[in-house]
Amino acid sequence: MSVDKATVARIAHLARIGVAEDELEHLAGELNGILQWVEQLGEIDTENTPPMTAVHDQGLPWREDRVDDGNKRDDIVANAPDGVDGFFTVPKVVE
Amino acid sequence: MAADSARYIDGATGPWEVVIGLEVHAQVVSESKLFSGAATAFGADPNTQVSLVDAAMPGMLPVINGECVRQAVRTGLGLNARINAYSIFDRKNYFYPDLPFGYQISQFKQPVVGEGVVTVELADGTTRDIGIERLHLEQDAGKSLHDQHPQLTYIDLNRAGVALMEIVSKPDMRSAEEAGAYVRKLRSILRYLGTCDGNMEEGSMRADVNVSVRRPGDEFGTRTETKNVNSVRFIQQTIEYEAQRQVDVLEAGGEIVQETRLFDPGSGTTRSMRSKEEAHDYRYFPDPDLLPLEIPEALIEQLRSELPELPDAKRRRFIAELGLSDYDAGVLVAEREMAAYFETVAEGRNAKIAANWVMGDLQSHLARTGREIADPPVSAAQLGGLLDLIADDTISGKIAKDVLQAMVETGKDAAQIVEERGLRQVTDTGEIEPVIDEIIAANPDKVAEFQAGRDKLIGWFVGQAMQRTKGKANPKMVNDLLQAKLKR
Repeated sequence: MSVDKATVARIAHLARIGVAEDELEHLAGELNGILQWVEQLGEIDTENTPPMTAVHDQGLPWREDRVDDGNKRDDIVANAPDGVDGFFTVPKVVE
Repeated sequence: MAADSARYIDGATGPWEVVIGLEVHAQVVSESKLFSGAATAFGADPNTQVSLVDAAMPGMLPVINGECVRQAVRTGLGLNARINAYSIFDRKNYFYPDLPFGYQISQFKQPVVGEGVVTVELADGTTRDIGIERLHLEQDAGKSLHDQHPQLTYIDLNRAGVALMEIVSKPDMRSAEEAGAYVRKLRSILRYLGTCDGNMEEGSMRADVNVSVRRPGDEFGTRTETKNVNSVRFIQQTIEYEAQRQVDVLEAGGEIVQETRLFDPGSGTTRSMRSKEEAHDYRYFPDPDLLPLEIPEALIEQLRSELPELPDAKRRRFIAELGLSDYDAGVLVAEREMAAYFETVAEGRNAKIAANWVMGDLQSHLARTGREIADPPVSAAQLGGLLDLIADDTISGKIAKDVLQAMVETGKDAAQIVEERGLRQVTDTGEIEPVIDEIIAANPDKVAEFQAGRDKLIGWFVGQAMQRTKGKANPKMVNDLLQAKLKR
C-alpha cells in the first residue's frame, strides 16, 4: 500500500488540515515510510491470534444510568469566541 | 405473484418495482447519555445538559452507560434478533459544527445486535416479514439552529452524546404502505419495550430512506438515501416521490446517481444534498478510548426473561383467549397504553363488550376532547364500572352512552351519576305496566293494525314506552309486557 500526492491532498482535506502544494511530495514520502514500517507486521502469521484490544487484561467498565454531570453552561461555552445566549455560534451552515 | 404486480409502478416502458430499505434512528430511553453523566431530557435550556465529555474537551474519556447497552439488547430481543456478545465501537469521522469531536462514536463492523425480523400487517389483512440487518449503538449529534440569526448558525450540544439505536432493515419493502406499516410496527415494539418513546415530533425517531427501482426480478438498481425524515407520512411521501422521480429519469434514458437527498415537507419532494457528497469517506476505525463491549450470556437471558408481552403475542392472546376478532385485536394492541386500558376494562368482564366500548364510545370521546389514551378523561376502572351497571341491568346500554358523556364532563363514577340523575333502569312491572296500558288505550287503531298482522308495529309501541319512561324502562321487559298484552 502506498499513497501519492493526490491521496495526501485528499486526506488533508478530509481532516481539515491545510497542506501547501509544495509539501505534498514530502508528506507522501513520510506517510509511505510509515506504511511500509507498519506493513512489516504482515510478515507474522496472525491467523489464529485474536486482536489485542488492551495492554491490560480488563473489560469495558460500565457506568450506572445516573445524571451526575451537566449544568455547567458557562464552562462549556467559556472558550467560544462568539457565544450568544448560551449557544455556540458558527458562520451559517444550511442546506 | 399476482399480489405483487398490483404494487408496480406502471411506467411508459413497462412495470417498475420499488425497493426500500430504512435506517431508523431511535433515541434510547435513558436518564443520562451514552458516554457521559449529562441528562437527556428534552427541551432544556441550551448547553445546560452538556458534560466536558460531550463538548469534546481534550483529555475527556467516554464511559459507557450500562442501561443503554441493556436497552439495545432488549430491543434486539424484541426484534427477534441475534445479540452479539462481543461488539466494537468505532469512530466515524466527519466535520460538522454540531459534532465537537470531529467524529461520531458508532459501531461499524461488529454491531451489538445482528439479524432479526419484524412482521407487519397490511391493509388487505396480509402480513409480511421485514428483515432486520442489524442494530448498533451510536451517539447523537448536537442541534444546529439556522433561523436565529441572519449570518450565524447557533449550536446547542444538549443532544450531543445522547444514545441512539440505528436499526437497519434489509431492502425488503416494496411499497410506501409496507414502509409505513414497518415504521409503525417498529415504533409500537419500541414503546412496548420502553426502549424508545417513539415520539417522531420531538425527533426521538427519524429515518433515512433508501429507495431504488428495478424491472421486476432484475438486480437491485442504484439507490438514493433521503436523510432524517421524521414522520410516517413524510417517509411515505419520500418513497412515492423518489420512486416516480427515478422511473422518470430512467425512462428518459438517464442514470440514477447514488447520492444523499433531503426531503422538503412543504412540497413533498426530495432534492440533492450535493455538499455532503465528499463526506461519505468516513474513515472508520476502532475507537481506542473504548474496549470491546462484552455482554454476558446471563445478562441476555435475564433481560429476555423480563421482556413484556409484545404486540404480536398480545394480539394472538386477545384472539385465542378473549375471542376478539383479528381486526379488533390489531387495533387494541397497536399502542401499549390502549392495550393496557382495554385489559383493565375487560378484566373479569365480557371482553367483546369491553372492546366495543373502548374502540367505539371511548375513542370518540378521546377524539372529541383531544385527549390521549395515556391521559384519558375516564379511567379504565371507571369505564369498567359503567359496564358493570349495564351487565346487572341497572341501566340500559342506551342510557349508558349518556352516562359516559356525563362521566367525561364531570369525572364522576358511573354509579354516582346514575344515582344523582335518577337514571336507574325501571325493572318493576308495577311501574311499567300502567304506562303500557295507557299507550294501548290511547291508540286503538295501532293495536288493531298490530293484531291484524303488522308485527313490526311492536317497535313503535316500545318506542312510545321508552319515551314516556325517559329511556329508563328495561327494554326487554317493555317488549315482553307489550307482546303479552297485545296478543290478547
